[in-house]
Amino acid sequence: MTLEDLNEVAEKELARQQALKNRVLYCSAAGCVSCGSEATRDAFKASLKEKGLEKEIEVIGSGCMGLCGEGPLVKIASDDTLYQNVDEDAAQKIVRQHLLDGKKVENNALDPANPFFSSQLKIVLENFGRINAERIEEYIAVDGYEALAKALTEMKPDEVIDEIRKSGLRGRGGAGYPTGLKWGIVRKAASDQKYVICNADEGDPGAFMDRSVLEGDPHRILEGMAIAAYAVGANQGYIYIRAEYPLAIERLRLAIKQAERLGLLGNRIFESQFNFRIDLRIGAGAFVCGEETALIRSIEGRRGSPKPRPPYPSEKGLFGAPTLLNNVETYANVAPIINRGSAWFAAIGTPKSTGTKVFALAGKIKNTGLIEVPMGIPLRTVIFDIGGGTPEGTEFKAAQTGGPSGGCIPNDHLDLPVDYESLATVGSIMGSGGMIVMDSESKMVDVAKYFMEFCADESCGKCVPCRVGTKHIYLLLDKISKGNATADDVALLEELCEMVKDTSLCGLGQSAPNPVLSTLRFFRHEYEELLKPVETYIPSDVHE
Amino acid sequence: MPLPEKKSAAHPSGDNRFKLLDRAITKHQSSGYALIEVLHAAQGIFGYLETDLLIYIAHALRLPLSRVYGVATFYHFFRMKPNGKHTFVLCTGTACYVKGAGAIQEKVEKHCGVKFGETTPDKNVSLIAARCVGSCGLAPVAVLDNAVVGKLNPDDAVQRVRQWEEKTEEVPA
Repeated sequence: MTLEDLNEVAEKELARQQALKNRVLYCSAAGCVSCGSEATRDAFKASLKEKGLEKEIEVIGSGCMGLCGEGPLVKIASDDTLYQNVDEDAAQKIVRQHLLDGKKVENNALDPANPFFSSQLKIVLENFGRINAERIEEYIAVDGYEALAKALTEMKPDEVIDEIRKSGLRGRGGAGYPTGLKWGIVRKAASDQKYVICNADEGDPGAFMDRSVLEGDPHRILEGMAIAAYAVGANQGYIYIRAEYPLAIERLRLAIKQAERLGLLGNRIFESQFNFRIDLRIGAGAFVCGEETALIRSIEGRRGSPKPRPPYPSEKGLFGAPTLLNNVETYANVAPIINRGSAWFAAIGTPKSTGTKVFALAGKIKNTGLIEVPMGIPLRTVIFDIGGGTPEGTEFKAAQTGGPSGGCIPNDHLDLPVDYESLATVGSIMGSGGMIVMDSESKMVDVAKYFMEFCADESCGKCVPCRVGTKHIYLLLDKISKGNATADDVALLEELCEMVKDTSLCGLGQSAPNPVLSTLRFFRHEYEELLKPVETYIPSDVHE
Repeated sequence: MPLPEKKSAAHPSGDNRFKLLDRAITKHQSSGYALIEVLHAAQGIFGYLETDLLIYIAHALRLPLSRVYGVATFYHFFRMKPNGKHTFVLCTGTACYVKGAGAIQEKVEKHCGVKFGETTPDKNVSLIAARCVGSCGLAPVAVLDNAVVGKLNPDDAVQRVRQWEEKTEEVPA
C-alpha cells in the first residue's frame, strides 16, 4: 500500500457513493440496536425494494448519532435530516415522503438548530452518522489513514511526538496526563521491544463513550495506535476491551482484519521500515483493570492487581518492556491532530485543556446520549442547553462526573468551565466522561453509599487501606442512611475517608472516598438530618 | 504384541467439547499468558467453569491450579456455577440506579424468592446483576435472555419473569 493506492481506494469509494441516489444511515450502536434499529433497517430495505430503489439508495449502519434516549435514529445523507423514534411505520413513511417526494416527515424530524446539536463540536465523533463502521473503504474516503501515511512518509518519530506535545492533548481517561510527554518518555526508554496498549476497559458505570467510539469508528483507533507505535518505536499493540461490549469486539476484529488485508497493519506499512500488529485482549469484568498496572497484569493472564509505581509502565510495563498506555478517546484525537496540525487543535478549548471532550449524558435529564463539547464550556450549557435540563416537574440537584472516583457538583457551581483543573477545585474529576444528572428525588447519602458499595466490591484486596477502609466507609454510610448514626460517626467517616485517600496503593482506593467527601462538602445537611441526637450519659451512681 | 489401537478422534473423556477447548489452547501456543483467553473460550464452550475444567486448563497451560483458580474467581465475568434456563441481567450502573433499578431489583427478588447472583431452585431463572451494560440512554435497562430491554419498570420486569415461568410449565417434566 502506498499513498497513491490509498487515494485510489478513496476515489473509488467516493465515486461509488456519488453514483447512488441517496444513503440512509441508521444508528447501529448498542443503544439504538436495543430499541429496534435492526427492524427499522429491515423495514427500510423492504420498502425500498418494493419501490424498486434498492440499488439506488443504500441502507447502512453508522455510529452513535447522539440522542440515545430517542432511538432508533436515522439520517438521510443527501440533506442531513436526522429522524428520531423511527419504527417500522415511520420508516415506510420516510421512504414514501422523503426519499420519493423530497418532503420531510415533520413528526419524526429533529431540528438541526436545536442546541443539542448546535452547541456541540465534533472531532472524535465527526464520522458518526457519516460512514459505515464496518467498511474500511468508507473510512478511507473521509481521509482515513492519511495521517498515518503522512507520519510514516513525511515525519520523523520525534516530529510526531513534538506535534502531539504542541497540541496540548491530555489523557482522556480522566487523569489528564500530557500525552506528548508520555510518548516522549516511552520513546526515550532503551529497549528492543516496546508495546502500545489501548485502554478500552470502560468500567465506570454510567459511561459509554469508549464503547460508542469503538463501535462507530474503529479504524480511527487503529490509526491512532499505529501513529503512536511509530512515534515511540513499538511493533505490537493490544486493545484491552471489556467482555460486556460484544458489538464493539466484533467491529474491532473486523476492522483489524480489513486493515491487515490492505496492508495498513502488518509489515512495511506504506513501504516504510515500520511494522505493527494489533491484537485484542478481552477483559473479564474488573473495575480495577482500568488502572494501568492492573490492566497490564491482566493482559499477562494474571489477577488484575496493581503494582506500586515507579517503575512506570512507560519504563517497565507489559512483559517488562516499555509500554505506552492511552485511553480510546486519546487515540481517537491523534489522527486529526497529525492531519490538521497542532495549532488547529490547541486553539480549541482552554489554554491548559485543549480540544474537546466526549460525555455520556444520562440520568434525570431530557436528552440522554453521547455529546462532544469543546473544553471550557460551562457545565450549565452542557446540562440545560444540550441536555435540555431535568424532566418536567423535577428540579436539578447535582451532576456527577467521574463515576466512583469523582464527585457531585451542585447547582451553585454550574457556571464552572468543564476542564481538568476547574473540576478538581470542587472535589470532582473530569473522569472518562460519564455525566449523570440527579434531581431532587436522589438522596445524596444513598448515592455515596451506592458508589462505596461498588468500590468495596471492586477493590482488588491487595492493599489494606482500600480493602478494609472502603468496607468500613460503606458500613458507616449504611448506618447513617438507616438513621442509626450519631455525629461521632460522621467525624469518623471523614477521618477514614482522608486515610483511605492518602494511603491506598492505586487510583481506585485513592479516589474511592471522593463521592463521600464531595457529598459531605455540598450536601452535609442531608447527612445531618439522618443523625440521632447524642444521648447524654448519666452514670447511675449520680444522685440529684 | 499387537500395536495399541489407534486413538479415536474423540477426546479420551468422550466429551467432544474438550476438542474445541484444546483447539483454543493450541491457538495460544499453550502459553500461560493466555490464561484469560483460554478461560473465556472454556466458558463459551461449557457455559461455566467447574473445578475439573480448571484442573484440565492448569495442566494444559502448565500453571499451578492455584493461579488458574485465583484468576477465575477474581474476575466477575467467569461463572463457577451453571446459569438457569433463562437469565435476567439487571444493569446496576449509575444511570440505572438514579432511574430506579433498585425498585426493579426488589420486586423481582421478591417474586422469584432468590437474590441477585442466585438461580431459582427449579433452575429456571438466574438473576444476575451487571455493572453497566452501556445503554445508559435507555435506563433502567435489563438484558433478558440476551435481548436488551430499556426503560423498564418493576411491574413489567415481573411480568417478563412470569412469562418464563408459564412456558416451563407447558413442557412436561
